[in-house]
Amino acid sequence: MTNDELFRRVAIAGNPNTGKTTIFNALTGLRQKVGNYPGVTVEKKTGRFFGSHGEQMELIDLPGSYSLQVRSPDEAVARDLLLGRVAGERRPDVIIAVVDASNLDRHLYIAAQMLELGIPVVVALNMVDVAEERGLKIDLVELKERLGVPVIPMVAAKGTGIIELKQAVSRSPLPKPEQRAQLPIVFEREISTLAKTMGEVGEVARMDAMLYLSLDQQGLAASGLESSTLAAVNASQSRLRAGGIDPIATPVDARYDWVAAICSAAIRRQGEDTDGLTISDRLDMVFTHKLWGWVAFIAMMALMFFCIFTVAAYPMDWIDGGISALKDWVSASMSAGNLQSLVVDGVISGVGGVVIFLPQILVLFFFLGLLEDSGYMARAAFIMDRLMSSVGLHGKSFVPLLSSFACAIPGVMATRTIENRKDRIVTILVAPLMSCSARLPVYIVMIAVMLPAANAMQSAGIMLSMYMLGLIAAFVMAWLFKKTLLKGETPMLLLELPPYRAPALRGIVQRMWERGLIFLRRAGTVILALSIILWALMTYPKPENPEATSSEALAHSIAGRMGHAIEPAIKPLGYDWKIGIGLIASFAAREVFVGTMGQIYNIEDADEENEELREQMRAERRADGSPLFTPLVCLSLMAFYVLAMQCISTVAIVRRETGGWRWPLFQIAYMTALAYLAALVVYQGGKILGFQ
Amino acid sequence: MSDSAATNVPLSSLSPGQKGKIATIDLPGAERGRVMEMGLTIGTTIEVVKVAPLGDPVEYKVRGGHISLRKKEAALILVQRISK
Repeated sequence: MTNDELFRRVAIAGNPNTGKTTIFNALTGLRQKVGNYPGVTVEKKTGRFFGSHGEQMELIDLPGSYSLQVRSPDEAVARDLLLGRVAGERRPDVIIAVVDASNLDRHLYIAAQMLELGIPVVVALNMVDVAEERGLKIDLVELKERLGVPVIPMVAAKGTGIIELKQAVSRSPLPKPEQRAQLPIVFEREISTLAKTMGEVGEVARMDAMLYLSLDQQGLAASGLESSTLAAVNASQSRLRAGGIDPIATPVDARYDWVAAICSAAIRRQGEDTDGLTISDRLDMVFTHKLWGWVAFIAMMALMFFCIFTVAAYPMDWIDGGISALKDWVSASMSAGNLQSLVVDGVISGVGGVVIFLPQILVLFFFLGLLEDSGYMARAAFIMDRLMSSVGLHGKSFVPLLSSFACAIPGVMATRTIENRKDRIVTILVAPLMSCSARLPVYIVMIAVMLPAANAMQSAGIMLSMYMLGLIAAFVMAWLFKKTLLKGETPMLLLELPPYRAPALRGIVQRMWERGLIFLRRAGTVILALSIILWALMTYPKPENPEATSSEALAHSIAGRMGHAIEPAIKPLGYDWKIGIGLIASFAAREVFVGTMGQIYNIEDADEENEELREQMRAERRADGSPLFTPLVCLSLMAFYVLAMQCISTVAIVRRETGGWRWPLFQIAYMTALAYLAALVVYQGGKILGFQ
Repeated sequence: MSDSAATNVPLSSLSPGQKGKIATIDLPGAERGRVMEMGLTIGTTIEVVKVAPLGDPVEYKVRGGHISLRKKEAALILVQRISK
């Protein structure tokens, strides 16, 4: 039983980069919950705090948004919640509209929309210190008067104004806003006519009607409105146009005019020097410079990956040690048998093999958080956009692809900021082609088997070519999808370059931790279940001969039979049935390959550093006595792993993010085909060229 | 000011440091709405800040904020040049 109904519900809304999350954190502290909105995968962040009279309140952090006229799934959630369109979610009782005091001219726009919703609004005037530094003198009394709602000056990063904000939202009763931008009377009349046709009254109906009136034909077609309403919207729009009123521009103009009038009355600029260079401008002289911009970009990416692969290696070793110790302890304390094998080889190895990537994911999220919070990410999109748009994508697709080098899961989740649905799907489809960290163990083993005497340069060179192969494949496939399946114009780029800010470490660490927990939860559910299934496939049926070695037992198991069954299909790639077992085992998680090979060759505790495993693999012979793992087979196998979709967690997240099985299944199909083709070309082509 | 239409030039033709007053936005409906909601309404002053290292997009300053657009879209926004 919940008593949610009794709490006052407070929503925080505003443009991106206004410090919404900082205010949210300052109000709620650790009383936070991260979940999803029903039906969509946009993250829902809620928390609890106590009002100035000790009454509990619920706080909802809405995704950053420039307008209620939405473009991305993130913005749709903010709008739907404010309009009470989300089933099972109560409309907020009060909105905190967060605005950047140093840029009121633009930030008051969405606040102006909030004032039209018929819900009490409190304006949080954040970063007043920055405004003062810029010589902006804000007349609070005038601002309050003109907006007609409480205005709280704040420096959220320093905690200034939080108490006052609490007091403002605790007031009872909260007055409804009375001021708003005035639309031409004809327009208001059309709005109320349309609202009546839809059978609604009140402020929400007004906003609904206004949003529909401002849609173009495409938007209306996608709106899912009933045909009678659609006809009414079209008729209204034609009447307005006939009267010389542009239904798209008029409300925007009206609000901006209103905001401009307020700003000119309430803000005084001290000194003439408003065109002077700000710190942001100076930083941009480096970060978006023709040459230094690239140097800085490459240096930052290099540092990030360096940390992912070196700093994260220490905790990974500890986790590895912990998992081994746990296995030993369980093996020692349980009597040998099926149950022990299930726990040790199935559950602990399976889940442990995934949990080990947690440090890398945390490091990645830490860096992404830093880049995002500081404002650099928008610059990266700015300098990368030309490259991305050459294959029909968007500068914003760059971040998801970058994240996917560590792990495709955060990469796919990061596509939510992409406005255009087709672009978002293309980005999701190609993101898993980036070599994630789970491929690393496979590359390491295969390179070692292929070139036992390789020096660091040679190994790094092969490794780099594998990364490049994935990258090139992603670009080519993105281009192909944009030309065929998800045909569409390269969407418009409309990217804000926000002022640089010192990142709030607390918020970054908190977000990093939340993501880590989501990852762990998945490891505890999906991966756990799959590990058990995989274990069963590789254990049953048991061989009749109890003396059988583990490799004989494996050959007898269902997985072994499946390996035999697919052998004809993978023979052209140079693989035998044992490698086939590895492929089948890797379907759920590619890093399982190494452990499976260890099992096939009867090696205890096989990992990518294990010399014994490498020796065994090198010594493996085909039926005709020739070595199995020739350099060509190793290359073919690596190419397969670069391109194949072998990660059930990614499949699960793609299904969630695309809202069905269609795209994940297509993705599995095209990536498997691509991987097969590439491996075939490498092996057969190499043979024709006379390589072994 | 009767000949002002004749002096309108595409936003994409301005170089860094140059300013213009937005006269018309010929983008398709939804995109026009978005551009306007970011503050690029008719009559607003817009300044070219910088061209991205690879030649596209371009960074503009409008209503105190920094927005970037590709040249393709900027070509469809006509401005009245403001001479310094």
